[in-house]
Amino acid sequence: MNAAWAWTILVVVVGASLVVLVTRREQTYRALKDLDRRWIFLLMLLAVAIPILGELTFPEKPTGLAKAVFDEIEKLEPGDKVLMAWDYDPASEGELGPMATAFTYHCCKKGLKMYYMTIFSPVGPQMIDDSINNVLKTEFPHYEYGVDYVNLGYKPGYEGVVKVIVSDLKELYTTDHYGTSTRDIPMMKDIRNIQQMDLIVNVSAGYAGTKEWVLFATTPYPENIKMVAGTTGVMAPGMYPYIPDQLLSLLAAIKGAAEYEELVMSAYGNDDLGLKYRKGMLRMGPQLIAHVLIIILIIIANIIYFAEKRRGAA
Amino acid sequence: MQGRTLVWTLIFVIAGVWLLLRATTGSGMGKAYVKRTDQQFVNVAEAGEAAEWIEVHTPAARAYDFQDLPRYPLEERVGWTEYDPAPPKDWAAAEKANPGQQTYVFSLWRSIGLWLAAMFTFGIFSFLYRDNPFYKISEAVVVGVSAAYWMVVAFHTTLLPNLFGKILPTWIQSWAMPGLKEERNLWYLVPLVLGVMLLWRLMPKGGWISRWPLAFFIGVFCGLRLMAYMHGDFLMQIRSAIVPLGVFGPDGFDFWESLRSVFLIGGLLVCLVYFFFSFEHKGFVGKTAKVGIWVLMITFGAGFGYTVMGRIALLAIRLEFIFDDWLWLIDPTGQRIGL
Repeated sequence: MNAAWAWTILVVVVGASLVVLVTRREQTYRALKDLDRRWIFLLMLLAVAIPILGELTFPEKPTGLAKAVFDEIEKLEPGDKVLMAWDYDPASEGELGPMATAFTYHCCKKGLKMYYMTIFSPVGPQMIDDSINNVLKTEFPHYEYGVDYVNLGYKPGYEGVVKVIVSDLKELYTTDHYGTSTRDIPMMKDIRNIQQMDLIVNVSAGYAGTKEWVLFATTPYPENIKMVAGTTGVMAPGMYPYIPDQLLSLLAAIKGAAEYEELVMSAYGNDDLGLKYRKGMLRMGPQLIAHVLIIILIIIANIIYFAEKRRGAA
Repeated sequence: MQGRTLVWTLIFVIAGVWLLLRATTGSGMGKAYVKRTDQQFVNVAEAGEAAEWIEVHTPAARAYDFQDLPRYPLEERVGWTEYDPAPPKDWAAAEKANPGQQTYVFSLWRSIGLWLAAMFTFGIFSFLYRDNPFYKISEAVVVGVSAAYWMVVAFHTTLLPNLFGKILPTWIQSWAMPGLKEERNLWYLVPLVLGVMLLWRLMPKGGWISRWPLAFFIGVFCGLRLMAYMHGDFLMQIRSAIVPLGVFGPDGFDFWESLRSVFLIGGLLVCLVYFFFSFEHKGFVGKTAKVGIWVLMITFGAGFGYTVMGRIALLAIRLEFIFDDWLWLIDPTGQRIGL
């Protein structure tokens, strides 16, 4: 489904609703006033489901923040070390999965060494596995585990983990996620702490995540540790104040992911990849329709509120 | 039969028949495939030395001659098969090239998992209609599985390598972590004792013992966080707020950046005035505080907007899972090409 069709359908639906509103005011007022909320749930389901079934996408124009994230990774040279802190779980995969996939793809295209870890949840390693299975193993089969990328897995302890690994990584990470000693992993041999990383790429869904990395890694070591992040929408407003001194830049929610995907695919994509690396863009279609629905519902609710107030006063 | 019951019965029957038809005709739906990979470890230690297990297909194995594996005694070899998820298109391509191949295979258990995930998704969504036993079962399963999973993962990722692996490295290596190469460090007895003391609250007597390690942990975290928040959230934020109101770039005066700075400083000051309670909010202070409320409301509105966006994205991925992974109605990423 293309954008023109979507707009046409939207305009027709909104127009027809307005006609009903104007011609049958009293009945509409009563129906909406006592509307069962389950109809709103059903409308929301349709608003999200139809664009997904129609694979509705819109062109994305990257903003300055997305460009800054892209540029920070672009600045790195092949062989540079990147700490991929995947601090999210399946509950936030919908928002953060696309940007994690795009980050991995971008880093692979740049030929960077990737050190994956998570401090958010015990299911974080599965999110790392997703990136490895969906991107590294399929598009970059020549990438070798232990030489080009490593999965250090999950460690409980939240900010305590960050506090330790800024000075001694192997104190906590004695083995990787699969139980292999970090001493036997070639790309871990010269690593003492995360100050040796050229960039931290953090994808975060909450505590512990971007805030803890900022407070315990980038703030105390501003010269040695640089970080870009991608967060959920709920977290994003709280992270903006850290830009650019403590956090180089930020991808906020699925919109940020879609913009970043656009930049990565423009630079490194090809037609064979299809929509695999444009899942953020794919999820912006339902966003638009659902947001329009929410705006219409807010307007209708306000009209009913003021109408009720006026009738009460009368 | 009541009208509502009749409608729901009809919906369930139609959906059931449609699912049955879809699952049994054409390329089907809701099937999961896996790729088999054989893993092999070999003990390369000399007789009398501590065991040293090397994985055959890793860079560390390059130093050894693993081409002729059978020459290593059977007890010096450990092997198993790993099953990684694979897209249906890989299975289709492998079958086309070599019918009956065993590298990519249909996974019954993963397929059952896929169907269960779809059913539980509907179970959770059913709460939007009204509370029901199906929802309660789904919720209980989520809570139970999460708690158990968390416990098992914590044991294998923390207690084994970072505690017992430090105190009794040889023993842990012998049965749990063949790759572990740590030297004994008895300082880790301290956290072990603290951990045991923490669990003492479960005993019928001596519950007070658990307060000591608790006090220690609270003290440590207070110290850690106090310093970090003072530095990162307080001092650094004050520094970040000190910006020039007029911004000059390479092309001279930058109007938009200057406007941004004015809004930043102005917004900060009016919000601070709102939270300044030493003066009564009247006159100039009152009006400024009112502007502060507006700035705060706009901030909360932006935050709420982001939250809405996040929640819609979460609904979108569940529906994508239903339509793509389970029902095979859409294939945006080309997972089933050639099926």
